[in-house]
Amino acid sequence: MVSSTTTKYVTFKLDKEFYGIPIENVLSIEKTSKTTRIPNSPDYIHGLLNLRGNVIPIIDLRKKLGMNKNNIDKNSRIIVINENEIIAGLMVDSSSEVLEIDTNNIDKPPKADGNNFMEYIKGIGKTSDKLLILLDLIKILEH
Amino acid sequence: MDLDLNQYISLFIEESREHLQNMNEALLDLEKDTTNISLINEIFRVAHTLKGMSGTMGFTNMANLTHEMENVLQEARNDEVELTEGIIDILFECFDLLDESVNYIATNGEENDNEHKELVQKLKVILNKDKDIANKDETCNTKKRILDEFVLNVAREALEKELNAFTIDITLSENCMLKSARSFIIFNTLESMGDIIYSNPSAEDIEDEKFDLDFSIAYITKADEKTLMEKLNNISEIEDIKIDKIDVDNITSSDKEDSNRNHNKSKENSYVPKKSLVKNDKSKTNKKNNRIGKTVRVDIERLDNLMNLVSELIIIRTRMNDLSEISNNDNMTEAIEYLERITTSLHDSVMKVRMVPVERVFNRFPRMVRDLSKELNKKVNLEMQGKDTEVDRTVIDEIGDPLIHIIRNSLDHGIEIPEVREKLGKPREGNLTLKAYPDGNNVVIEVIDDGGGIEFDKIRNKSIEKGIITEQESKLLSEEELKSLIFEPGFSTSEKISDISGRGVGLDVVKNKIESINGSIELESKVDKGTQFIIRIPLTLAIIQALLVRLRDEIYAIPLSSITEITNVKEDDIRNIQDQEIVLYRDKTIPVVRLDALMGLDSDDPTDEYIVVVVRKGEKQSALLVNDLIGQQEIVIKPLGKYLSNIKYLSGATILGNGNISLILDVNSLV
Repeated sequence: MVSSTTTKYVTFKLDKEFYGIPIENVLSIEKTSKTTRIPNSPDYIHGLLNLRGNVIPIIDLRKKLGMNKNNIDKNSRIIVINENEIIAGLMVDSSSEVLEIDTNNIDKPPKADGNNFMEYIKGIGKTSDKLLILLDLIKILEH
Repeated sequence: MDLDLNQYISLFIEESREHLQNMNEALLDLEKDTTNISLINEIFRVAHTLKGMSGTMGFTNMANLTHEMENVLQEARNDEVELTEGIIDILFECFDLLDESVNYIATNGEENDNEHKELVQKLKVILNKDKDIANKDETCNTKKRILDEFVLNVAREALEKELNAFTIDITLSENCMLKSARSFIIFNTLESMGDIIYSNPSAEDIEDEKFDLDFSIAYITKADEKTLMEKLNNISEIEDIKIDKIDVDNITSSDKEDSNRNHNKSKENSYVPKKSLVKNDKSKTNKKNNRIGKTVRVDIERLDNLMNLVSELIIIRTRMNDLSEISNNDNMTEAIEYLERITTSLHDSVMKVRMVPVERVFNRFPRMVRDLSKELNKKVNLEMQGKDTEVDRTVIDEIGDPLIHIIRNSLDHGIEIPEVREKLGKPREGNLTLKAYPDGNNVVIEVIDDGGGIEFDKIRNKSIEKGIITEQESKLLSEEELKSLIFEPGFSTSEKISDISGRGVGLDVVKNKIESINGSIELESKVDKGTQFIIRIPLTLAIIQALLVRLRDEIYAIPLSSITEITNVKEDDIRNIQDQEIVLYRDKTIPVVRLDALMGLDSDDPTDEYIVVVVRKGEKQSALLVNDLIGQQEIVIKPLGKYLSNIKYLSGATILGNGNISLILDVNSLV
């Protein structure tokens, strides 16, 4: 295949796996700080964060993806994303480098019946040394 | 050329709308008092300005129409035409067409080709009926008249110095776009070779494009006629040039009397030597400049940005305030108090800049009421009070449609036709009153009519018919509850559906709209006496006074405007009726809301006394139980955003002085 384009992904870690979201959706990466609990909200909404005078909702990505709870530590990061006019923060275990992935090196997500969390995955990106789970932000931001 | 003009279109549209608004008001007043010269003058002035503006922009249809309007009004001014109802109606039609044209231009960037010709014809017919032919003589005489003694003296002197004196008549071509610019070039060309001693119309008027296509100049120069002609011919967009030598002797002998007689007139035509051209008509220009100098148009985004910055400043001020209490340094406290005063007045000033009088919304109502009452064959007198009450512009954009709905309702269903009114012993003319006044952090707008009022039985039957309630339910409803049914979707009591209202879309939309901006709407009505709608809207949507309360270890903000009272209540006073806790307070039973439980916090901490914040929404009240009061504070409302729009009981968030976020309780959903 001659025609190929590359997309840059911001990568981060949840448990042992690496995840990626397109860099054009990422506004910034922040350290965690005090958030305010939102009563009567879904459990995956961690709270509200004061980000330099702006109030943004923080999504606990582990909970959203149906994973076990992990304590917030000094490696925890908030990735502030912008998708379809919604600005929100995704809480992740740690964040690492930006990777460039050729569209030819992206596979379709594996078919898994009965796994409700598969819909959040857009594809699997392959690089020389790791596999990246590419997230569908539109789905992540749906309630 | 098109490209150049495009950047002026938005300005043109805004200014035109302003002028049209003035015209509308003047027309409405004129309808009541057709002999009022100053009103005719006002309309004339507006028509004239619009003509100039639309001419410059190349909107010829508008220019033609306003030109004809001007002609008619001119005649009216001179008592040559009597302003009959028919003529006023035509003027209203002109206004509508102009309004429509401006709107069309606003959306399409170019003029529409609508039936302006018909109206121009109508206007012309008015003129032809009454036109005095004597006018013609006047125009014939203009040329002689412009040569008054001053000019002749200068001309005479010039001739003595062996200079040439000319009168030059210039006609610009009809498709000339920027007449004033074109004339400016002509003036410049001429001035490079000699002196312009006067012009008719005056240089100022020419600059303001207050002329049709032609103007005359008296001119002294060394050059001869031929060179002049050549130079002027080089300038484009000139239709016709006529150069005549001033024959001093001839004119002085034959027209001396004439020029004297016309001296009075000359003031108006402003004969002035070149040097003072600029100062000419001083009083007039001054007045105009003042008007322009006092206002500045600012993009609303810039204001919003300014407002955001002030909001940030308030947050940081509160934070510094907290810090100063810890540091306990006198100088610091003093400085911060000063900072506090400044930020408060800065905030007030910025708020004021964003404020607009409700007049902006009210203005469209007189015409609407006039047209509707004509259509419905009703006689209605509209009274508007408190037009200068100011609200934030974010709010004002939202209240227009709800008000239109309510007024239409009042006219259609409320006020009866004159015959019925007479039978009921009311004056034939119905009254509709619009009242606006500030009330704390709110603005109240009342719409009051003295019409038929609302029959509650009718509401009852209608609601059963429409399936909103069952017959059984209807028997239990109080009058208050029946009233609120009117605001239910799909409700209309009108027997017949008309163009104006009664399609069942209306009051529920009105209510939603008003509640969406944190406002409320109430209804008072007495059969045969009339109906009163009371709309309460917040002054601004951005910054409010709030009471901070503590629930366990969380801090919440309650808008002060909805708090009626703060009190203590003993556990024993809280009664449980059918799973609904209530408290008897000031002889009223008020439902109790345990906020901590509602906010998902443990409430297993029984005390025998609670702090209660009583809030209200309209007539309804609720008693909110809180753990502690922290204090009153000015808070900046930050919206929760699209992602959290479905969260219950919250209307927004705010940032406290220590940088923490506190949630604002949505009182409307708690009551």
